[in-house]
Amino acid sequence: MASAESVAQGNSSAGPESSGDLTPEQILAGYRLMVRARATDERCLSLQRQGRIGFYAPLMGQEAAQVGCALAVRPEDWMFPAYRELAVALTRGASLRSILDQLLGNSADLTKGRQMPNHFGFADQHFVTASSPIGTQITQAVGTAMAAQRRKDPIVTVAFFGDGATSSNDFHAGLNFAGVFRTPTIFFCQNNQWAISLPREKQTRSKTLAEKAEAYGFSGVVVDGTDLSVVYRAVRDARARAVAGDGPTLIEAQVYRLGPHSTSDDPKRYRTDAEVAQWKERDPLVRLRGELITAKLLDEATDQKIWDEARAEVVAVFAEAEKVPPMAPDSIFDDVFARPTPRLEEERHEAAGHSQSLGGPHG
Amino acid sequence: MGELTLVQAVNRGLAEAMRADPDVVLLGEDIGVNGGVFRATEGLYKEFGESRVVDTPLSETGIVGAAIGMALYGLKPVAEIQFMDFIYPAFDQIVSELAKFRYRSGGQFPCHVVIRTPYGGGIKGGLYHSQSTEAYFCHTAGLKVVVPSTPSDAKGLLLTAIHDEDPVIFLEPKRIYRAVTGEVPDGDHRVPFGQARLVREGSDVSLFAYGAMVPPTVEAAETLAAEGIHAEVIDPRTLVPLDESAIVASVEKTGRAVIVHEAARFCGLGGEIAALLAEKAFYSLKAPIARVTGYDTPFPYALEHVYLPNAEKIAAAARNAVRAS
Repeated sequence: MASAESVAQGNSSAGPESSGDLTPEQILAGYRLMVRARATDERCLSLQRQGRIGFYAPLMGQEAAQVGCALAVRPEDWMFPAYRELAVALTRGASLRSILDQLLGNSADLTKGRQMPNHFGFADQHFVTASSPIGTQITQAVGTAMAAQRRKDPIVTVAFFGDGATSSNDFHAGLNFAGVFRTPTIFFCQNNQWAISLPREKQTRSKTLAEKAEAYGFSGVVVDGTDLSVVYRAVRDARARAVAGDGPTLIEAQVYRLGPHSTSDDPKRYRTDAEVAQWKERDPLVRLRGELITAKLLDEATDQKIWDEARAEVVAVFAEAEKVPPMAPDSIFDDVFARPTPRLEEERHEAAGHSQSLGGPHG
Repeated sequence: MGELTLVQAVNRGLAEAMRADPDVVLLGEDIGVNGGVFRATEGLYKEFGESRVVDTPLSETGIVGAAIGMALYGLKPVAEIQFMDFIYPAFDQIVSELAKFRYRSGGQFPCHVVIRTPYGGGIKGGLYHSQSTEAYFCHTAGLKVVVPSTPSDAKGLLLTAIHDEDPVIFLEPKRIYRAVTGEVPDGDHRVPFGQARLVREGSDVSLFAYGAMVPPTVEAAETLAAEGIHAEVIDPRTLVPLDESAIVASVEKTGRAVIVHEAARFCGLGGEIAALLAEKAFYSLKAPIARVTGYDTPFPYALEHVYLPNAEKIAAAARNAVRAS
């Protein structure tokens, strides 16, 4: 693990493809993003219990991995998230308001209320709308990288997934294609130790997830995903290799899902409080906060202010988002195709004749 | 114009689309150096190179997932799945991803991929080189499903598919890849989606057939004509979107309907067409709607001639309909 000094001063042993470490200002900005993500998590878990949003999948414990990764890529790169990448979205510049609109599925939601919470997407940020099936974004990220190769665009694609997805069909297919075509792809695996109730050791006999890359002909690295700067460096180096034509990298960021899989899950059924407590000692926010304070980049009062502002922001922005009216009922017929077929127009007309289905979710 | 086989027309359509637009790329198994196991991509690797005619590893989910990624970035990928029977490893990518990308992103990420795949029986392909499972895809919102039955339509529908904005499952009736030839217009010949083809006009009974079932249906109509029964033959050409008005109008005229497909009967497209006619042409019907289809068995190898519809079965169903009223 990097010391506070190495976080503040940068790691001088970075490889030759290094394009510099995070500056102290960037680290502090990263910390603020991590706090915003955590504050959003805490508030959303509460909002779900109050019935004000329908569902939520927290990312707590994975903030450093997500922010560190997203800080190391560029705006022109393409992100292929799963449904837990809220901090990636924030770091890419997606607005909190836009994220909360999606959690509500209101008429300002860019995805038009079509999906469960957490499945957001932001075309402007090259942040592809997530789906629920596990691993499907992996082959897609490889395809986009193949397209960029064809157009000679110096970009990378990043596939985000968890330890669970390493058992999926698309993990194998995607990494195999990436190896064969040497695509500029970063496979960013957040190994949070649990695929809902299945622990990491029951998912694969491999010692690490990263070592699976060897079989596909490229390198895999294991990093401490609770360390912002360590993750940043790994992704920065992988990106440099990818745009230089040296192919893909699998990064296994070791983290821990401090919360439930989702608000529909009770982790007490399958894991012990002792295990969670052990990992809470490695909470990436606590860790970075300590390092920043030691390096005198942050003091207690400023930290408190950062937290207060982040919590107040979520409350205020959610209050605004909650005022937004729901989607128009007949919008369910839009975007099935570029233009609705005669059959869809007929069904739109049919639906308009039923007042109960027009009365909103409780109509 | 020139006489081409159906598979040559597919090849011609691909070549012309690729010459016209550098964003059109092909990917699939054995499509490059080998020109495809049915030779649909013959010569294209040589003309366009390996960056546009991509020989992929043997993974359908890889092919379709990669094609989706290419389309999101703005290319126009045309993926080949070697046999429709092998499309299922990509089923998740097709029904959960491709079909829903535009919708689930609120229109932010349209995803236009064409998936070409040979389908259907009659070539002694047994269980795994014969199936006709278009209904799975027709049942999934967000996919267009296209089945040509002539060389001209093969090229024309393929060019429309490549220039469309939505995902297209393009089913090629491999049994008639070389068995039918016909004139194919040169240049940017496009056949619009959602417009059925009137194959043969008639007044006594409407026969609906697509893909490789069109030739035996026409043969049946000829047999019936000799008996004084004038059968109308309609090829919907695109199953989604379906030209419902042409189907309804034909039955309003004839009062009788026989639906032909080689897919299994239960929950097949014939059920949908029959329901459509019951809903919208009920008072025009003079006889029960009949279906001549594959049976509800797996597709057999040695006895595929027992399983498949043929002109005799189709003519018998039409005669019954005419005699019923």
